[in-house]
Amino acid sequence: MTQQNLAYPVDEVDTVVIRFAGDSGDGMQLVGDQFTSTSALMGDDVATLPDYPSEIRAPAGTIGGVSGFQVCFGTSDVFTPGDSLDFLVAMNPAALRANMPYLKPGSTLILNEDSFVARNIEKAGYATNPLETNELAAYRVLRVPMVKETQEALGAGGLGAKQVDRCKNFFALGLSYWLFNRDIKQTQRWIIKKFGTKPDVLDANQRAFEAGLNYGKSGKLVERTYATRAKVTPRGAGVYRQISGNTATAYGLLAAAKRANLPLFLGSYPITPATDIMQVLQQNREFCNVLQAEDEIAGIGSAIGAAFGGALAATSTSGPGFSLKTEFINLAVMTELPLVIVDVQRAGPSTGLPTKTEQSDLMQAMFGRHGESPLAIVAASSPRDCFDATIEAARIALKYMTPVVLLTDGYVGNGSEVWRVPDLDELPILKTHLVTNPEGFKPYSRDPETLARPWAAVGTPGLEHRIGGLEKEDGSGVISHSPANHQRMTDLRAEKIERITQDIPKTEVYGDPDANVLVLGWGSTRGVIEQAVGHLNKRGVPVAAAHLRHMNPLPPDLKALMLSYKRVLVPEINSGQLAYHLRAKYLIDIEQFNKVEGQPFRADEIEAKILSMPELTASAKLTAKHGALS
Amino acid sequence: MTVVPTANLGLKRQDFISNVDPKWCAGCGCYSVLRWLTGTFPTMGLPKEKFAVISGIGCSSRTPYYVGTYGFHTVHGRAMTVATGLKLSRPDLSVWVMTGDGDALSIGGNHFIHMIRRNPNIKVILFNNQIYGLTKGQASPTTSKGKKTKSTPYGSIDPPLRPLSMAIAAGATFAARVADTDGQLMADVLQQAADHRGAAFVEVLLNCVIFNDGTFSHLTDKAVKQDTTVQLKDKQPLVFGNARDRIVTIDGFRPQVEAYTPGSPLPANALIHDVAVEDSSLAFLLSNMEHPDLPVPVGVFRRVEQTVYDDHYAPKGGDLARVFRGPEAWVEDAAGNISLLGAVAAPATAA
Repeated sequence: MTQQNLAYPVDEVDTVVIRFAGDSGDGMQLVGDQFTSTSALMGDDVATLPDYPSEIRAPAGTIGGVSGFQVCFGTSDVFTPGDSLDFLVAMNPAALRANMPYLKPGSTLILNEDSFVARNIEKAGYATNPLETNELAAYRVLRVPMVKETQEALGAGGLGAKQVDRCKNFFALGLSYWLFNRDIKQTQRWIIKKFGTKPDVLDANQRAFEAGLNYGKSGKLVERTYATRAKVTPRGAGVYRQISGNTATAYGLLAAAKRANLPLFLGSYPITPATDIMQVLQQNREFCNVLQAEDEIAGIGSAIGAAFGGALAATSTSGPGFSLKTEFINLAVMTELPLVIVDVQRAGPSTGLPTKTEQSDLMQAMFGRHGESPLAIVAASSPRDCFDATIEAARIALKYMTPVVLLTDGYVGNGSEVWRVPDLDELPILKTHLVTNPEGFKPYSRDPETLARPWAAVGTPGLEHRIGGLEKEDGSGVISHSPANHQRMTDLRAEKIERITQDIPKTEVYGDPDANVLVLGWGSTRGVIEQAVGHLNKRGVPVAAAHLRHMNPLPPDLKALMLSYKRVLVPEINSGQLAYHLRAKYLIDIEQFNKVEGQPFRADEIEAKILSMPELTASAKLTAKHGALS
Repeated sequence: MTVVPTANLGLKRQDFISNVDPKWCAGCGCYSVLRWLTGTFPTMGLPKEKFAVISGIGCSSRTPYYVGTYGFHTVHGRAMTVATGLKLSRPDLSVWVMTGDGDALSIGGNHFIHMIRRNPNIKVILFNNQIYGLTKGQASPTTSKGKKTKSTPYGSIDPPLRPLSMAIAAGATFAARVADTDGQLMADVLQQAADHRGAAFVEVLLNCVIFNDGTFSHLTDKAVKQDTTVQLKDKQPLVFGNARDRIVTIDGFRPQVEAYTPGSPLPANALIHDVAVEDSSLAFLLSNMEHPDLPVPVGVFRRVEQTVYDDHYAPKGGDLARVFRGPEAWVEDAAGNISLLGAVAAPATAA
């Protein structure tokens, strides 16, 4: 879509991948956010990848301090933030150097040339100024004196040199808006809203933004601009917004509580990259109770207390916190209370790479507790899917009276995309096992369909009872050390989780119906697998794919589905945890594809892997009766 | 919503006893706490279902099974977290935590100080027997230095913690101590704890007949307790001794014992107790008084009114759909035409 009065020819494009990169104090996340929301508002689909260091302000100008925000925008084929960059806006030499691996031949580099001075060049680890060698010969290099231009635009205002320098991100944003014919109104409004109380800062940012636009209009950058092609298939009528995965998770909890007619309680502790979930709920305290607890353990402990009192209770965390919550998760398993445990996975082990993504907590969610301790696991596949996956986790927790682990990760948690805002009425009504009738009440009696026990919230007259971590007698719930009872209760807890399969819909398969190879993904790899399989199908490569949301129990049709293919490929951002589980559970061999670089897969990596598989074009399918996969 | 007592419901102590027989050792001090706790509940004007007794792990933490209200036997050291979540979610309940010296001060030390500093309307009874009983006799954080236990065969080398000092330093708005043998004082202290709005912390000096028998006998034996303890009374001097002939005076920051003739005027430097003074220095000083140099105070150390944490938790509800839309949602029609929801007027300064 175009909006500006164009003095230059416009190239129409389907999708563009651009990354804004600079020092972590340069405001690159802000620039990326604005660029993304404007693009979404113009009708483009968007997918974002914020990529920032775990330090707040690592030494300026160094590789370690580079903060980036990548967005893929366009009107078709936007499944991921993009494999490689069409455009890189780099505010300093370090930002250029750190992003070289993501460039492709012909990528356009918009470089803040004022920062390519000896000191910064050296700090970035370059021996010589890359602008003066042929190092960048494969790319289109556009040099822009961003600092000088910003200074000129601001004139002799009241701001110091340091503050003036901090406006250059708005110059870069303005220039990018011109280059891609973005609508400037939304950002103009935003600047006023954000800086309205500080007139000098407001004025400076407005001027810098306009200076960027004007620099483009003057023809100093290039004499062609770009615009995304009009959409072939509109998104459909509705209310839309841009949403991050963590916000969608928080909203999912609010929606689930509303549809279950329960109060919502979140007990949490700050941890990257999950903190936003707590913060979003804190901002909405009129709808929920949020405790920023003294530690991760207290976060889940308080949630269990709230569940005992009849609330929809949740705790949110990432790997290290998930480890700390282990003992309490077991208490929720033993006392069979509904609880949602959100794990926004990050690269581990230990502190690992706190701001980088990974899918490596699946085994921990499955098995990381003492004793025989089954629980349900749900995984979200995209930022907006965090909303639906959270509601599904809450639904299972309430229906089966069990803790449910919701696995998201840093990639979907921090990434964002366009979300159709649902009407609350269209969301499922979540039923609970809350009871009030004292007649015949037994704390550990079982619902015949789900095996859930009754939920007698504290405060209900006549249902006073005691629960705890000691083994319970079947039915009565009193402490029991009987060997036969322990066997029975262990079996019941397992059977209850297994019964969740009755709610799991048929596994959807997409791609080539005659394929020999099934790509089976889970969680945040959905977009990239869909993109890779779509590309290959377009080229006539016969491959199909399916994606898992229910990680425990697994869909009841999964084994038969896998057996109907000659080979199943499981790409995961870990060392093969789902593959390991599938082999163990179904005795089916799995082709693994794994990466743990703190980054999501690129579609081209998955395509290459699929193309390397000998089974891809084998003539006959091998099914169970042929023996190879049974 | 908060705890609202109704008229006398005619409930008796027996109504708060569960149908499970306690499995504590004969002569255990835990029985005493159970007795006076279940004696306090009927006085509170609340029906049974409004009570929740929450515990961690240890002998003391078996208490919920023996009380006929809602009860939760949680995990080691973490009862106060469960209690906090329950109370914040359900301010209408009367929430009581049963814990021990290992549970509250060792594995649960962090939760202890943070619950106290937040001041939720939760009552905590710490059964301090200076030993790990359920694991059969290891040193706890309150075990005396030099004490031989199964885990300290050559005598404990760890300086013991003072539970009340810790609670007061963390900002306890109610702090008290009582011995398991003193039923009358226990009834009084528990009643005051029940009546207090905010976190109430009660340390019970409790005898473990099996693994630490007699650890407090120097403070509880009838023959000596008048000489080794002093019962705190609001606005009163600290006079003690079998013949009421000794008094605690203050020299700078240092409390000391002087002879006193009953009925005579108080010395100018007599220490006068005041439970309601905002500054916690006096309560902290009292919490540091130890045998044998000074009498060990029992009774209420501190009782002040401060903002109750659960008062901050009162979701009112509202238009959730508005939250979901946020400030930047837009409407698309079937043809893909976009209009802003609640669009803001274009800025005057727009280029």
